[in-house]
Amino acid sequence: MDFLNSVFVKPFADMVAAPDFLLQVLWEGLVAGVLYALIALGFVLIYKSSRIFNFAQGIMVVFAALTLVGLHEKGVPALLALPLTLLVMYLLAVAVERVVLRPLINQPDMILFMATIGITLFLIGFGEIIFGGENKVMITEALYIPTGSFEFEPFGGFLLIEQKDLTAVVGAGVLVAVLLLFLNKSRIGRAIRALGDDHQAALSVGISLSTIWVIVWFIAGVIALATGIVWGARAGVSFALEVIAYKALPVLMLGGLESVTGAIVGGLAIGILEKLFEIYWGQPLLGGNTESWFAFVLALIVLLFRPQGLFGERIIERV
Amino acid sequence: MNQTAQTPDTPILSVNNIEVIYDRVILVLKGVSLTVPAGGITAILGANGAGKTTTLKAISNLLRAERGEVTKGTIVFEDAEVQSLSPDNLVRRGCIQVMEGRHCFGHLSVEDNLMTGAYTRRDGKAAITRDLELVYDYFPRLKVRRSSQAGYTSGGEQQMTAIGRALMSKPKMILLDEPSMGLAPQLVEEIFEIVRKLNEEQGVSFLLAEQNTNVALRYAKYGYILESGRVVLDGEASALRENEDVKEFYLGVAGEGRKSFKDVKHYKRRKRWLA
Repeated sequence: MDFLNSVFVKPFADMVAAPDFLLQVLWEGLVAGVLYALIALGFVLIYKSSRIFNFAQGIMVVFAALTLVGLHEKGVPALLALPLTLLVMYLLAVAVERVVLRPLINQPDMILFMATIGITLFLIGFGEIIFGGENKVMITEALYIPTGSFEFEPFGGFLLIEQKDLTAVVGAGVLVAVLLLFLNKSRIGRAIRALGDDHQAALSVGISLSTIWVIVWFIAGVIALATGIVWGARAGVSFALEVIAYKALPVLMLGGLESVTGAIVGGLAIGILEKLFEIYWGQPLLGGNTESWFAFVLALIVLLFRPQGLFGERIIERV
Repeated sequence: MNQTAQTPDTPILSVNNIEVIYDRVILVLKGVSLTVPAGGITAILGANGAGKTTTLKAISNLLRAERGEVTKGTIVFEDAEVQSLSPDNLVRRGCIQVMEGRHCFGHLSVEDNLMTGAYTRRDGKAAITRDLELVYDYFPRLKVRRSSQAGYTSGGEQQMTAIGRALMSKPKMILLDEPSMGLAPQLVEEIFEIVRKLNEEQGVSFLLAEQNTNVALRYAKYGYILESGRVVLDGEASALRENEDVKEFYLGVAGEGRKSFKDVKHYKRRKRWLA
């Protein structure tokens, strides 16, 4: 009885009792969710256009952030380092297409997946040689990201919103909106979606695979940079950042591998739910630290009922 | 072999004695030659595995993506040697393939499918919109289904979408692979009627691969019959329709009355295709 009470009644009573604290938890969850969504988006884009599960997405986040900070450390002004980092991500996209994707065209998915593991290991080694392996601090001020915080007093309580978190949420929102517009309205965006459906047909209407692949990997690089800046501002820049990429896996399972909407909704949902669970159920009942596994369990449950994920493309099969 | 019978029109495409090998070991085409006159409808006929699709893919240069390779001979589209061009380059020059099995983009709307056909074009939005309307004129049914996902449309509609998509690239020649596959006879006629109209009104040349010899020979002007990677017979469509061997093997019309099994065996032994 006591147990049921603490699972089904007390958490909700707590929420109602301290609504300002609930808002704070939701906000923290939203910020984390935005980041998960961004990383998942990188995965989805590449998967949609080339059916490759890009294991390297996580390390691309680290690599982009490292390049930005590293360039700044070497004396490049921040506002110049940003476009230079974008250029590096573009060159990376070109290199990946030339060296990995093109020679492996028409190979089984598993081989391409292994190739992305190869890219991961390469980027780790390459990044360490050039920028060193020690932790770095994200150049938040130099990029003119505000670092103060807003304080509100909803319901007579207290709510703290850090300005850099707010910037992250707004920035990510704009990035996603632009991306969706690009995918749905532009000629190249249409070609990217077409490529995801049928490689051969795309080739037959004159869509150049190489061009599209470079574009898609570059977009994934831009997303990685955005994620790297935001996450780096919260947790510092190091190779440990890579682990957050694995947080994107349950997001993908939840949202579906091919769905942009799924990546966004799945990311936000997991960010918010895992925070709520941690604060209201995890800490009092399970001794905390549930955030490391909650998302995976949630994804597993979803998989039982909807193997294609919540928003995954229905597999169209005509009889 | 029968070159003299062919009209002296300038060819838009000529394939000269090509040999195609898949995966470096499987020899599929063993010397195929054919020409398509500008403004013509030419058919490649033959059974499963004769090499029809491979021939078309060699022309549109889609072979490379399937680990196939033209190892001998040349293919010339207009003045350009095809082997040195990428598939998108060929589409830009006006040679586009409609693949066997339609290959629509299932999750894209019918209209988006059509628009992907205009991917290589650089002549502005207005011209593309005009051509979209033109496609809808030829395929009114597509206009009705324009916003449905192509994967959920019927086989006939998908074939129309695939042809319409090719049309959006402003082609001079369409390589049409097995347009009748899996369609009801009435729809097959409808599709071929549209092919004829496109040929006459838009001046698009067609090279089509078909197993449905009967229909193909009624709409095509010239035909080539392929058997295990070789052209075994070619001629005007009307002449092929009357040819005893074609009747026997491809149209299912026996020459005179019923034959005994012994006769058939004898007949086949005697009448080897020229090769």
